[in-house]
Amino acid sequence: MEYLIVFLPLIGAIISVFFGNKFGSKYSELLTSILVGISAILSLIVFFNVIYHNYESNIIVAKWIYSGNLQVNWSIKIDALSSVMLVVVTLVSSLVHVYSIGYMSHDPHKPRFMAYLSLFTFSMLALVTSDNFLQLFFGWEGVGVCSYFLIGFWFKKESANAAAIKAFLVNRVGDFGFALGIFLIFYIFGTVNYDEVFTQIPPIANEKINFLNLNIGSVDLICFLLFIGAMGKSAQFILHTWLPDAMEGPTPVSALIHAATMVTAGVFLVVRCSPIYEYSPSILTFITFIGMITALFAASVAVVQNDIKKIIAYSTCSQLGYMFFATGVGAYNIAMFHLFTHAFFKALLFLGSGSVIHSFNNQQDINQMGGVWKKIPLTYFLMIIGTLALTGFPLLSGFYSKDAIIEFAYLHGTSVGYMAAIVGIFTAFLTSIYSWRLIFKTFHGKYNNKDIEINKIHESPYVMTVPLIVLAIGSIVVGFVFKNLFLDFDNFWKNSIFLLNPLSQEHPPFWFLILTPTLVTLSIPISYLIFIKYSKVSDYLAESNKPLYLFLKNKWYFDEVYEYSIINPCKKIGSYFWRGVDGLVIDKFGPDGISKLIKIFSLKAVKFQSGYIYQYAFIMLLGFSLILTILIIN
Amino acid sequence: MNFPIISSLIILPIVGTIFLFFIKSNEKNTSIKYVALFISLSNLILSLYLWYIFDNTNPSFQFVENRQWILGLINYKVGIDGISILFVILTTFIVPLCVLSVNYTIKYRLKDFLIAILIMESLMIGVFCSLDLVVFYLFFEGGLIPMFLIIGIWGGSRRVYSAFKFFLYTLLGSVLMLVAIISIYWISGTTDVTKLYEIGIDQKYQNLLWLAFFSSFAVKTPMWPVHTWLPDAHVEAPTAGSVLLAAILLKMAGYGFIRFSLGLFPVASEYFTPLIFILSVIAIIYTSLVALMQEDMKKLIAYSSVAHMGFVTLGIFTITQQGIEGSIFQMISHGLISAALFLCVGVVYDRNHTRLIKDYGGLVSIMPKYAIVFMIFTLGAVGLPGTTGFIGEFLILMGTFQKSFITAVIASLGVILSAAYMLWLYKRVVFGNLIKDNLKKLVDLSKNEIFILWSLALPTVFFGFYPELLFKTIDVSITNFLEMYEFNINTYLSNKQ
Repeated sequence: MEYLIVFLPLIGAIISVFFGNKFGSKYSELLTSILVGISAILSLIVFFNVIYHNYESNIIVAKWIYSGNLQVNWSIKIDALSSVMLVVVTLVSSLVHVYSIGYMSHDPHKPRFMAYLSLFTFSMLALVTSDNFLQLFFGWEGVGVCSYFLIGFWFKKESANAAAIKAFLVNRVGDFGFALGIFLIFYIFGTVNYDEVFTQIPPIANEKINFLNLNIGSVDLICFLLFIGAMGKSAQFILHTWLPDAMEGPTPVSALIHAATMVTAGVFLVVRCSPIYEYSPSILTFITFIGMITALFAASVAVVQNDIKKIIAYSTCSQLGYMFFATGVGAYNIAMFHLFTHAFFKALLFLGSGSVIHSFNNQQDINQMGGVWKKIPLTYFLMIIGTLALTGFPLLSGFYSKDAIIEFAYLHGTSVGYMAAIVGIFTAFLTSIYSWRLIFKTFHGKYNNKDIEINKIHESPYVMTVPLIVLAIGSIVVGFVFKNLFLDFDNFWKNSIFLLNPLSQEHPPFWFLILTPTLVTLSIPISYLIFIKYSKVSDYLAESNKPLYLFLKNKWYFDEVYEYSIINPCKKIGSYFWRGVDGLVIDKFGPDGISKLIKIFSLKAVKFQSGYIYQYAFIMLLGFSLILTILIIN
Repeated sequence: MNFPIISSLIILPIVGTIFLFFIKSNEKNTSIKYVALFISLSNLILSLYLWYIFDNTNPSFQFVENRQWILGLINYKVGIDGISILFVILTTFIVPLCVLSVNYTIKYRLKDFLIAILIMESLMIGVFCSLDLVVFYLFFEGGLIPMFLIIGIWGGSRRVYSAFKFFLYTLLGSVLMLVAIISIYWISGTTDVTKLYEIGIDQKYQNLLWLAFFSSFAVKTPMWPVHTWLPDAHVEAPTAGSVLLAAILLKMAGYGFIRFSLGLFPVASEYFTPLIFILSVIAIIYTSLVALMQEDMKKLIAYSSVAHMGFVTLGIFTITQQGIEGSIFQMISHGLISAALFLCVGVVYDRNHTRLIKDYGGLVSIMPKYAIVFMIFTLGAVGLPGTTGFIGEFLILMGTFQKSFITAVIASLGVILSAAYMLWLYKRVVFGNLIKDNLKKLVDLSKNEIFILWSLALPTVFFGFYPELLFKTIDVSITNFLEMYEFNINTYLSNKQ
């Protein structure tokens, strides 16, 4: 069964890419969707098996790399953690497959698109079911390259190509850290299998290592390097720049890869490595800070963006920040809970926005929308559900997971924890503001689009709305239904998450509990007033705080800084090395120089062969007398 | 003595050239091509049979042939072990593909070209099999001549300059190696490699001898800063020549480093490891940056070859199991991938007669099959997991990390850069809008090209997922080799005290 879950998507991808054009795109759409669908059903079965029967297994599929003491297998490991990820990945993936049939209906390259989606699903499954770091890395880069393919899917668009390369390269920077982490793990433990590494962690917890003249704890260093990888993949502060640009890809891709699954791989990595991270409190604090900064930063930028997908992308970035600071304060299970609920409502929001974009004929600017809620009521309704769930409105799924994160940060009892809680609450408020801004500007107010008449705005076909409805149901119920499961260490998580100190069982004070929901609820009328009713207020705010507004609008100028500090110097050095060093130094003094010297000398030597007998005779005479002289002297 | 299978492998292509020589060339040259193909294919089958009967568990040399050659001085001695067998198979695998690929590239004197290729095959198999230093030297240097001719006769507009640059560089390095081989004979009284392994070479001469061998291998690898012949040679060489050069000729040096530098001069190798590390790391970063700025596709791939070979030298001198196995794997992988990339460039060059990147763009719209294979090899060069490129690079870096953190960290940066230049190249050539008119009438891959490129693509992917098949072959030999190395170093250290 596990084999089927992992390999059905791969089979679908292979058939679709090689035979898609022969059989017609309809077949490859159906085939890939059905195969991933089966995989999703089987994953659910496995998930319930894990819940009710404590199912666990670790299948060795084949040998991969056996070199000396490095021994790595292809494996399928099933435990509580990977079963949760299996469900998230296959479920969202199958819904996205179905949705794409409708969304991509006008595209000539459908088989290729479906093949990429399925291939991505396979890589992601290989990532989550690995029992060692190397297969994890395989999946890690595999999803990266699929994301590269899918962002650049519309290969004629210059911006899409640039975004695809940017995504791949920024991820490579993360992978650079990740790979070093794996090297270090192998260097210290002589193995890269999770179980063998994890059991060896406690004895070396206090050992130091000399790395590049820094004397640091080896566990700290491992954690830090692995976390760089996680930062790249999960678009955390400093390495986040690729995610908003990645929105150049088709919307189903954004929903699947850049919201529900791939970007959460970083969180998964940290949770999977909880037996290592638990022994490195300093890096956990570092993670908390990065998570906090990301959450706040992304939310602040999201408030002023006008591209509907970019707003949601920054929102994803921000929510990933939440997940990271949850792991930072030791609430790994809550991070997973938020990952789980987030997959539903964020996929819903993306696919919903896709439906809006579809209705507006590929218009993404929310200033070009407005007042259409009566025209596309179903999409409107579903987007509202998604927004409520995202903002953590009481009783919807985001409420349970996000509030739990804030609570556990508070209960952590350290100053970092309190800080995280405050940032969490403030970010929740910002989240609510920008989410409702999106809803109001898109669906309410005046109709602002000049290209399309309002009457031509139409609802999307069923093949697109049905997946949305499934996701909406998920967004409403999963928080409530699975709340206890995700808190349950004794019967559910067991060994898959390791805690040095058990999580606090206390409850925060009542005023703290109702603080976030109140803010979230209050923000609905606030944003309605600011952005719709008295929209001059928002303009005035933007105008009066121009520097701040521009700073946010330009995403804190990260792209520009990278452009000037890294990319341009690299190019300059490259051409200097090429033309300057290779051409002017090495060649000039090397081969060209030598051959020139030889030429000069031989030109001189040529003069000896003048062809005049008297010159030759003279030289001979000279030589003869020289030898004679020497002999005589001796 | 049993059937001399190794000598047969070496001689078969040369015998084939005699047949070729007497064939009358008709209009379309088909008969010549078929004969050359037949010969190279039978050699491939023979080498695969050799692989089949090769004993994985035996660490010593197998199928050894030892004949007296120059009385009492030099023996013709050949044999293989786990280290060399894969290179032999790589050679016999690449050559038939080269023969197949000449359809479009070689416009004149096809017969002579095929003869040159086959002679080259003989010599290169000889390099990987010889167990006597003099025999090795003859094969190693002999390989220069056909390559010199291939570049000089069938090359592009600056072919003569490039051919001479190639010849000068490599010959200068090799002269020192010849001197070293002669002095080894004076010091140890033999040039038989297995005997030298046993008796060892006096430590006080090792450093000098190591440097002499190094000067030859470094040029051929090529290592920074003696790499400048490679881009020129590649740019001017015809496609099949570039393929041979990148896939096999460069590997002779890597092989030489393992077999001779490490094997004969362990103490010196240990001493010079920092030098190799520094040069390799410079090669990786420096040439990657240079590759980033190239305007000519072939030059870009040539520079990327230097960077990839930088990983190889790095891995070899980590002197760890992972490092050396990774290096061998990287060489096989680079043999497949760089060969394929040069063929990919050749495909569009044959159609459009330019190699400048800016003359292309949007090829995917009219050449989708080409886009797929080119993508596979691009990803292979990037070192994506699931291709052979990943396994080589990753193992090398893993090995390096055990010896020197800083080296591994800097070298790993090369992995980011390789992604940058390869993906940027691909984007500019294949993606984008098809605007240029002369590109609009290009035709997609022919059956012949599809066959050639996919026969390189399949092993690239297959061995990426299941490298065990290759590791099984080399594992025991490398383990044994390292034990011998450790033993030598330890004796040296204990003698010193």
